[in-house]
Amino acid sequence: MRSDRLNRTPMGLKIAAGVGLAFLHLPILLIFLYAFTTEEKSYQFPPPGLTTQWFAVAWNRPDVWAALTLSVKVASIATAVALVLGTLCAAAVSQTRFFGRETISLLVILPIALPGIITGIALRSAFSMADIPFSFWTIVLGHATFCIVVVYNNAVARFRRISGSLIEASMDLGADGFQTFRYIILPNIGTALLAGGMLAFALSFDEVIVTTFTAGQQSTLPIWMLEELIRPRQRPVTNVVAMVVVLVTFLPILGAYYLTRDGDQIAGAGK
Amino acid sequence: MTAFAEPLVVAERRGPAGRLSDFFWKHPHLLLMIMLAPPLIWLGVVYLGSLFALLLQSFFSIDDFSGLINYEFTLSTYRQLLSETNLDIILRTVLMAATVTLASAVIAFPIAYYAARYAQGKWKVLFYLGVMLPLWSSYLVKIYAWKLILAKEGILTWFFEKLHLMWLLDAWLALPVVGGNSLSVSYTGTFIVFVYVWLPFMILPIQAALERVQGNLIEASSDLGGTPAQTFRYVLFPLALPGIVAGSIFTFSLTLGDYIIPQIVGSSRLFIGQAVYAQQGTAGNIPLAAAFTVVPIVIMGAYLFMAKRMGAFDAL
Repeated sequence: MRSDRLNRTPMGLKIAAGVGLAFLHLPILLIFLYAFTTEEKSYQFPPPGLTTQWFAVAWNRPDVWAALTLSVKVASIATAVALVLGTLCAAAVSQTRFFGRETISLLVILPIALPGIITGIALRSAFSMADIPFSFWTIVLGHATFCIVVVYNNAVARFRRISGSLIEASMDLGADGFQTFRYIILPNIGTALLAGGMLAFALSFDEVIVTTFTAGQQSTLPIWMLEELIRPRQRPVTNVVAMVVVLVTFLPILGAYYLTRDGDQIAGAGK
Repeated sequence: MTAFAEPLVVAERRGPAGRLSDFFWKHPHLLLMIMLAPPLIWLGVVYLGSLFALLLQSFFSIDDFSGLINYEFTLSTYRQLLSETNLDIILRTVLMAATVTLASAVIAFPIAYYAARYAQGKWKVLFYLGVMLPLWSSYLVKIYAWKLILAKEGILTWFFEKLHLMWLLDAWLALPVVGGNSLSVSYTGTFIVFVYVWLPFMILPIQAALERVQGNLIEASSDLGGTPAQTFRYVLFPLALPGIVAGSIFTFSLTLGDYIIPQIVGSSRLFIGQAVYAQQGTAGNIPLAAAFTVVPIVIMGAYLFMAKRMGAFDAL
């Protein structure tokens, strides 16, 4: 009897959890409403009227397109670099035991554990000391540094689940190391890498703090957003861009979830 | 009989790939080194190198007249860091980080507990994605959403007006420290946005810790006559504590280093992140900026040390 009563959810808990979730989601939903407002000059609520004209205005803005293109390019290359480095690191750490393994895990996590401003200013002062001018590649370098950890986490979790006997069997049957990698390891870690890659892309696409220090004159989409936030010039366009950014980042998260949902560790938990 | 002269293993492979594969098989350490070299060069040399170079600069000073960096070892930058205005900035940031952490823990706990113990099947997925989507949504868009909400003409004011509670909002804004002209330029606003943005980082580790608490422990406590409050105080809370501490590492560290939220939603008084940004940018005082970055590193180092002793890392 008692346990029966206990297994029913207490009303207070239900309400507190519901209110908490609403608190997490309502502000994002509000963005969707504001993308359609007819009000140009202020954040008036409720919106005086609804219109879809701002989508056309935003579509015809070259600065938005330039920022978006740069963001996609940076995120793609940073993700590619992070995939290679993260997988190598994960393979080395999980397939062999050697002195200093723990230190390597710590090293990989450090760029995301330290506040972004520290990573940003450290890279910036290193660039200026080495006389490296700011460019597309300095942005990529900064992003790849903190994207490695996302790929690494996903790959390590998956490597742990590949049984060593699979690899031994492949070797016993005469496959060389490259064949074993191509036909045994890669198919097994493929979805984990895809999930890690998607999350790394989302992380890079959204990053602003490190980017402000490594970007020079170019602006990625978050930098464009930040400028609009500090000195609002065209609020309706910002509203539309904000909504599009929310929609675009949802896709990789849902994708990564479906790719790894059967695993013991689900992607994304370690942002 | 000649067959025995050959070693009883698979014949050597042919072709460059095969020979390379054999070579690595015989020298596993070489393969390990080749695999580790690229990530270690990237993280260990480029990243750690820049980090140390930055920290080193905090021991230099800036020449007051020329504005150039004086490359001589000195502690004068640290003396500057400990001046009254700068200590104010540090204290303000740490206080904000502590209150944000506390509030996030209070709001996160019911969500995490419900998701870990009561949500089943479809609801579990819903709760999971319900935390994950805000976690990964654009940081700037989240801040922007709160600018819309907290603005003078925004939804919150409208809401208070509809409920005829404007006097309450006005009374709150009239308070000395937490108040201001409107919510979007007050500490209250900064606080709300910090809590909102870091909340998912608190929910996930608490949920992970609570998933491991067996249901029969709660039942046992209740069977032995514990009231729900006692069960929470003596059973649930101690078991969830490592998760809370793990979550607080994120909320605390992220608040310490953030400079965008207080810049967009907040009063003009500086936080550590803003001070770093101002010192390295407009002021051009890299040594002082570097000294400022040492503050969160030291605080987080001490914090991590204590967290490790409380077993927080098992809950990550």
